[in-house]
Amino acid sequence: MTLAQEIKQARQDREILLMTHLVLGYPSFEVNREVIARMVEAGVDIIELQIPFSEPVADGPVILRANQEAIDRGVKVRQCLEFAAEMTDRHRIPFLFMTYYNILFKYGVEAFLQKSKESGIRGLIIPDLPPEEGEEYLTACRRLELAPIQIFAPTSTEARMKKLAGHGGGFIYCVARRGVTGTQTSFDQDFDRYIDRCRRATEFPLAVGFGISNRRDVDLLRGKADIAVIGSATIRLVEAQGAAAVSEFIAGLR
Amino acid sequence: MKPGYYGNWGGAFVPEILHETFRQLNAVFAEAQADPSFWQQYVDLMASYSCRPTPLTLAENLTRRFGGAQIYIKREDLNHTGAHKANNVMGQGLLVRRMGKTRVIAETGAGQHGVATATMAAKFGLACTIYMGEEDVQRQRPNVFWMEKLGATVVPVTSGSRTLKDAINEAFRDWVANMDSTHYVMGTVCGPHPFPAMVAWFQKIIGEETRRQILAAHGRLPARVYACVGGGSNAMGIFQGFMADEEVELVGVEAGGKGLTTGQHAARLTAEEAGNHPAGTPGVAQGYKTMFLQDSDGQMKDTHSVAAGLDYIGVSPMLADLWEGGRVRMAAATDAEVMEALQLTMASEGIIPALESAHAFVQAFREAGELPPEAAIVINQSGRGDKDIFTIAHAFKDPSWQAFIRAKGEEYAKEPAS
Repeated sequence: MTLAQEIKQARQDREILLMTHLVLGYPSFEVNREVIARMVEAGVDIIELQIPFSEPVADGPVILRANQEAIDRGVKVRQCLEFAAEMTDRHRIPFLFMTYYNILFKYGVEAFLQKSKESGIRGLIIPDLPPEEGEEYLTACRRLELAPIQIFAPTSTEARMKKLAGHGGGFIYCVARRGVTGTQTSFDQDFDRYIDRCRRATEFPLAVGFGISNRRDVDLLRGKADIAVIGSATIRLVEAQGAAAVSEFIAGLR
Repeated sequence: MKPGYYGNWGGAFVPEILHETFRQLNAVFAEAQADPSFWQQYVDLMASYSCRPTPLTLAENLTRRFGGAQIYIKREDLNHTGAHKANNVMGQGLLVRRMGKTRVIAETGAGQHGVATATMAAKFGLACTIYMGEEDVQRQRPNVFWMEKLGATVVPVTSGSRTLKDAINEAFRDWVANMDSTHYVMGTVCGPHPFPAMVAWFQKIIGEETRRQILAAHGRLPARVYACVGGGSNAMGIFQGFMADEEVELVGVEAGGKGLTTGQHAARLTAEEAGNHPAGTPGVAQGYKTMFLQDSDGQMKDTHSVAAGLDYIGVSPMLADLWEGGRVRMAAATDAEVMEALQLTMASEGIIPALESAHAFVQAFREAGELPPEAAIVINQSGRGDKDIFTIAHAFKDPSWQAFIRAKGEEYAKEPAS
């Protein structure tokens, strides 16, 4: 079953799915392990594993600092791939990689994707790789049956959305607003119109991310999005209260 | 070839949120290029506001000292705000007017591009925010003072290595939130397409003038043209005037820092020894593909140079291509060599090059003696050094300057902070 089919099937039982995010090796792989176990247990549907990069331009201060500290602590791409293999082996839910293009480019795009596939990864989110620059990536993803998840933004025109969807796989990641990760989003009428435009442009399930941090935000997405993405909020939580706090937080989101 | 590519290098690795912004920028830039009155407006503005054309000075004493080629210096230091950065900034300012945006942002390393952008914003009535690595804020304090006095907000960037690359990331983060009102005035021939093409287009004014001036002064083309290379905007500016003249050798000079074997440098293309690989390797970051100083995982490394404006991980995709194709030769100058060349130029010619520009002088001085007196060489003095007084005085360990700063510190310590 493709990732898109699997998401659509899961949506028949649940009004909204939850996707969470963490930065690999931050604060440590050990803490990552515990956080992931708690997330899965609490009913998270998809997990996005971010491989740290020194220049994470699309990320706000929380994830930026996590990237930087992970690299300072010596986290290597090879360890991230090994860790992903361990997680996909242990847990049944789909895992994705999120990172920046240079990590793939430097490893060798084909080789990286091959290794991701072998590690049980289902798809990738690469925010600095538009389809115009991603020919090699998109071709290899299709061949390996990995979902090259495409991103919509409020500034995307309908023609652009259709073009992006044509290259996509799994679901569409809809950036809720202008700006970087980790600050509040207001889910107003403009947002509703934007989601309507996204729906009209694609058959893929829609994930909404950027600034979703509590149950109220998730509730506002019910009936609009298929997947709510919680990013910076769990990193902040683990920093402040430790991995154990994740169970209650996730359970309280839906 | 795809638009925005120079051989293997360049491109536009831009997040989706900026796709429309770049579409608009490409359209406005194409319109301006197709409109001869736009270029004339730019040239007129630079003449009335920024002392263009800048002179080409024959350095007679240096020429005599090295006993070889006639040494000419292109005086970009005489631009308003003291560097070639003004060319690009005023040009982009005219584009901002066409787009109807009301705010500009910029990254700055040495502070020259920040000061130039703040100046343009003041003249054109635009709001202005400058991102500057915290380390650069410390070492270029006078420029911070001027940017603030010109009405700009200066934001010290505390992430990463706290230098130019981190300031670029932070400027992008601002832009993805505010692109409706804001234009990002990229300071160099790097970043996603169309920035390299746009900045090179405005900077070509240097090369066009230089070609005319050297033919008038010397009667023939120069044998070699030297320019320092951080991102590469002054180099691309002057090189474009001679690109079609195959007999003119184009030489780019990178920051050798404490030496190419120390790892503390910003030389991406210059190998330690001929035949060796350079320290830079192909990568994609900050929106474009070029040779970056990075580790085997693709994480960017810390760089070092006495000159903040050269202290950068990447290099223009245009220069990477010209280097790869053999059209541009790359060399490096160490911090120590730069201080020597600076001292010699000041004492011989009464000219104070910026620390960045002094890198080009080092390589020219190494080679001038190899060439016959009928030959001429041109050094692009991209900026003036007197604005670097704190850095230069510190690098010279000048005792009377240190005593002055101590006394000034004591004087301020006695006054209650206001």
